[in-house]
Amino acid sequence: MVNITIDNQQVSVPEGTTVLDAAKQANIKIPTLCYLHLEKSNFLNNVASCRICVVEVEGRRNLPPACATPVTEGMKITTNSKRVLSSRRKNLELILSNHPFNCLICAKSTDCELQTLAWEFGINTQRYRGERATHEIDKSSGALKRDPEKCIMCRRCEVMCNEVQTVGALTAFGRGFNTVVAPAEKKPLIESPCVYCGQCVSVCPTAALTGVGYISEVWDALFNPKKKVVVQVAPAVRVAIGEEFGMQPGQIVTGKLAAALRRIGFDGVFDTTFGADLTVIEEGREIMDRLKSGKNLPILTSCCPGWINFINYHFPTLKYMPSTCKSPQQMTGAIAKNYYAKKMGIDPKDMVVVSVMPCIAKKYEAALPYESTHGIPDVDYSITTRELAKMLKEGSVDLKNMPEETFDDPLGESTGAGVIFGATGGVLEAALRTVYEKYTGKTLEDVNFMAVRGTQGIREASIQINGRTVNVAALSGLGNARKVLEKIVKGEAHYDIIEIMACPSGCVNGGGQPYCHDRDEVIEQRIRGLYHIDRNQAIRKSHENPSIQKLYQEYLGEAGSHLAHELLHVESHN
Amino acid sequence: MPKITSYEKLLECYKEYQPLLHTRKDGAAHVDTKTVLICGGTGCQSSDSLHILAEFNRLIAEKHLEGKVEASITGCFGFCEKGPIVKVFPDNTFYVQVTPADVLEIVEQDLIKGQRVTRLLYEEPNKKEKVAASEDIPFYKLQKRVALRNCGFINPEKIEEYIANAGYQALGRALTQMTPAQVIDEVKRSGLRGRGGAGFSTGKKWEFASMYESEEKFVICNADEGDPGAFMDRSIMEGDAHSVIEGMALAGYAIGAHQGYVYIRAEYPLAVNRLKIALIQAREHGLLGEHILGTNFNFDIDIRLGAGAFVCGEETALIHSVEGGRGEPRNKPPFPAQSGLWEKPTIVNNVETLANIPILFQEGAAKFAELGSQTSKGTKVFALAGKVNNVGLVEVPMGTPLRKIIYDIGGGIRGGANFKAAQTGGPSGGCIPAQFLDTPIDYESLMSIGSMMGSGGMIVLNDHDCMVNIARFYLEFTVEESCGRCAPCRIGNKRMLEILTDITEGRGTEADLRELKELSQTITDTSLCGLGQTAPNPVISTMKYFWDEYEAHVKEKRCPAGVCQKLLKYEIDPAKCIGCTACARGCPVSCISGSAKQPHVIDQTRCIKCGACMTKCRFGAISRN
Repeated sequence: MVNITIDNQQVSVPEGTTVLDAAKQANIKIPTLCYLHLEKSNFLNNVASCRICVVEVEGRRNLPPACATPVTEGMKITTNSKRVLSSRRKNLELILSNHPFNCLICAKSTDCELQTLAWEFGINTQRYRGERATHEIDKSSGALKRDPEKCIMCRRCEVMCNEVQTVGALTAFGRGFNTVVAPAEKKPLIESPCVYCGQCVSVCPTAALTGVGYISEVWDALFNPKKKVVVQVAPAVRVAIGEEFGMQPGQIVTGKLAAALRRIGFDGVFDTTFGADLTVIEEGREIMDRLKSGKNLPILTSCCPGWINFINYHFPTLKYMPSTCKSPQQMTGAIAKNYYAKKMGIDPKDMVVVSVMPCIAKKYEAALPYESTHGIPDVDYSITTRELAKMLKEGSVDLKNMPEETFDDPLGESTGAGVIFGATGGVLEAALRTVYEKYTGKTLEDVNFMAVRGTQGIREASIQINGRTVNVAALSGLGNARKVLEKIVKGEAHYDIIEIMACPSGCVNGGGQPYCHDRDEVIEQRIRGLYHIDRNQAIRKSHENPSIQKLYQEYLGEAGSHLAHELLHVESHN
Repeated sequence: MPKITSYEKLLECYKEYQPLLHTRKDGAAHVDTKTVLICGGTGCQSSDSLHILAEFNRLIAEKHLEGKVEASITGCFGFCEKGPIVKVFPDNTFYVQVTPADVLEIVEQDLIKGQRVTRLLYEEPNKKEKVAASEDIPFYKLQKRVALRNCGFINPEKIEEYIANAGYQALGRALTQMTPAQVIDEVKRSGLRGRGGAGFSTGKKWEFASMYESEEKFVICNADEGDPGAFMDRSIMEGDAHSVIEGMALAGYAIGAHQGYVYIRAEYPLAVNRLKIALIQAREHGLLGEHILGTNFNFDIDIRLGAGAFVCGEETALIHSVEGGRGEPRNKPPFPAQSGLWEKPTIVNNVETLANIPILFQEGAAKFAELGSQTSKGTKVFALAGKVNNVGLVEVPMGTPLRKIIYDIGGGIRGGANFKAAQTGGPSGGCIPAQFLDTPIDYESLMSIGSMMGSGGMIVLNDHDCMVNIARFYLEFTVEESCGRCAPCRIGNKRMLEILTDITEGRGTEADLRELKELSQTITDTSLCGLGQTAPNPVISTMKYFWDEYEAHVKEKRCPAGVCQKLLKYEIDPAKCIGCTACARGCPVSCISGSAKQPHVIDQTRCIKCGACMTKCRFGAISRN
């Protein structure tokens, strides 16, 4: 233990503790801006670039940053001297002097950490009026928007992109005042290895990184009398969107959400969970085929477009491994525009499918040319949880006080298996529930595969199915995916089924989810919410979903049929 | 070349190679052969010195002087202003500003007849007397060349000459007779401090790195010399790369490293080339690589080229760059001695520091420490430039007063103007006014008067220099070179520069002056690395010593030195103007009006302050204020 004095308080902390953490123990909250620590994501940004958390240390000639300075025995720290406070204020004013003052019309207004800090500091004048760096806005991907003029060089996105996700799309570029975080050579994002996982968006303190918005397009469709507009909602949305309306993280608002979507005019209110169940059937079939033949193993899940982009860019030699299944978003869209439209007598061309996703990459996926059927895109607009919350507010809907309603049939019926797709390990668990029964012909008594649950980045299990040991793993976070894939390439690891989600902890922590503080805790609560739904669901196995059964009977035939392939699979994911 | 397999064999080589230097060593006056050394540094090469060498070699052959006269290149003599320099041994005749056309005369008159070519000798500007031998030239008289000992003395491309001058003996002796701890102790006792700027104890740095257990450790030579005007490291690399290599090998032995890197700017192609040659030679001679001098010590060195970022002189930024990352510093601790290159214990030493290491061991720590001041031992090389008569590299013992450097070595202020200030330490340093001319220069004294040693740039300013503009110039440099990582440096220095620009262009206010002071404090206190922390120094020191100039710019909108163009005002005195129209015809923007034989008038709103009218006027009617 190291003994130190902070603002005249004696504190004893373990060796290696930073001044910032030591101060917390003494109930001293040193303001920070660039610093961020997310334990669950294995994310630590302590580049100390903003110099807001500086403190005075006796015997040191300058003011070190609390976030990146380890304590030493006998250290005497002052966190609120005149020199400290005036330096903090000055640095904040300097940062503000190179930041647009258009907060009123900014996507991050009220969610902006810079704005909050300026408010907390009581900054009420624009002290410096010098040059402001100018940079182009980049919306080239249609999914992730870069507005570098709002960047404060906190470098969180770089740490996320390079160290946690190991994607390597973002780097600081240029020198001095003109330094900007951008893809290499300041190329547009679409020409970079960005996979649009959106984790950079979720850590960006300002609106320098956000999603490309489609709210106005969705309103236009809703107000177009010639269009039948249907909506589908991803599992992870129902345990998070409540946060935007003052509810607790993890609070389940499935029924309220169905009602709310109807209120703002959607003609059909569907559940992506239906598509998740369908994915289990199709992918389950593929899993069994590959397990039986022993070829092309391991099979990798294909629900997550960020992950699919990642394997395409970074492990092109393994491209045969992912399942050929489209993602639940695309399956739901394809069934809506074909099966449902046919049933309802709607021309697919007159139908607009909107998806509400916790995700940025889904926007990219929806726009891919091959994610379509007969030239008609399966999904027209993919909006985030945050965008839907804004639409509801604009559309006079108070989610909190909505009645409980249900989704529309047949694409509204779902199982517990489909719901847990929103948490890491959920896709794998759902698949195992079905594969076990189909493979063995026996009833699975305990559907809870606890070993694949949790928020650790890599979880492994061995499951006995018909005397065969099936080695499975659930990975979340692309850095963890890279670790395992590299082992597979080297022949050091052997698995049969691997679920991979780009975002640490899965879709509940997607780049389109409500911004939050204490994220580790929030993620935990959202996950708890999803498993709570599963536990209380009457049907917890995808193949027992009556609407899915009916879909096959009436329309698709059997899993892996010709029509199923046409609608629900891709030749290859690029 | 067979490898030298032991320290004893090295000593034999030393003896064997002695004839190579027999014309150049003390007491060589009676030898009957001559050696012509031509400066082969970057400066003299750009003035055709290689052509001069070729001319010598052609004429030596033509006149059948082989065996009697030998010509070769050498490293920088330091007196760059007088280059290209040719020195003839054993007479020590020092020819300056030699052209290829002069060579015939030197050969015929000096080399053959033994008569000096007087017209090519250095002329003492104050006495107007020719001086023949370099040791009699005031520029050299007060110098003490330790780090530069081999520059201008040996051929840097011949390891034999380095060995003949006792080269690699320090390494040999250390490897065979000293423990690493003893090596560190010797460096500590010498009092040697880092010549790169901050002046940290070299011995302590080595000791820290030696304390950390690690299978791999690294020695890095920081040759990313970036201060505007400083070129001592380049000169050492060009003129004596082996002493840097030997210094690095000693450091490697001391801390337990087996690999070294020289991080050198790509803009120094000649230095890179000489280093490459030296590395190959050292490996061929068994002085680098496995089992150096037959011992169990393995050490090798690779070169890493820098892309020309000033901030890469900062050790953690340099390390990032060597690793292939963006040249950007990080927070310390951990210091590189604990976690440096690839997170292994690493020492980063500057070129000049390393060049001091072999001589320190040759002569012993006690001898080394005889030179210098109480706290700063040995010598320091300065790049003397600006408004001084003798421009070049000078090496003086620490503690030498500024006045001695500027007036005795530098020959005083050029053009008879008055000394105003000496800018030392480059963009991190400050301006020292006349009142401190007698301050003995060392790390502490420079800090105490608001400047710093830095890498040793010294720019002399006279009363035609505007101190606000000087501060603006240096800040412009740091703003350009900031890596952009931390807010105070990235934005704060930019805002300071904007304010200084406002002041020099007549838009400054008194509030701006207060703001400059406050910003300086915050940037100094909170910037991440040395670049940012010291960037305000030129502003702080000029505000401290030349406050009246700032006030004149702000309150009277006047530049006392007459430098800040936008503050100048050209006016025609109607009493003196005879209406010759010369000024009006010479004005590039036609802003002077008036009829012939009538006094003319300048339209101040259109005047671009170019001064053309003033030079055209033959009647002294135009004034500049």
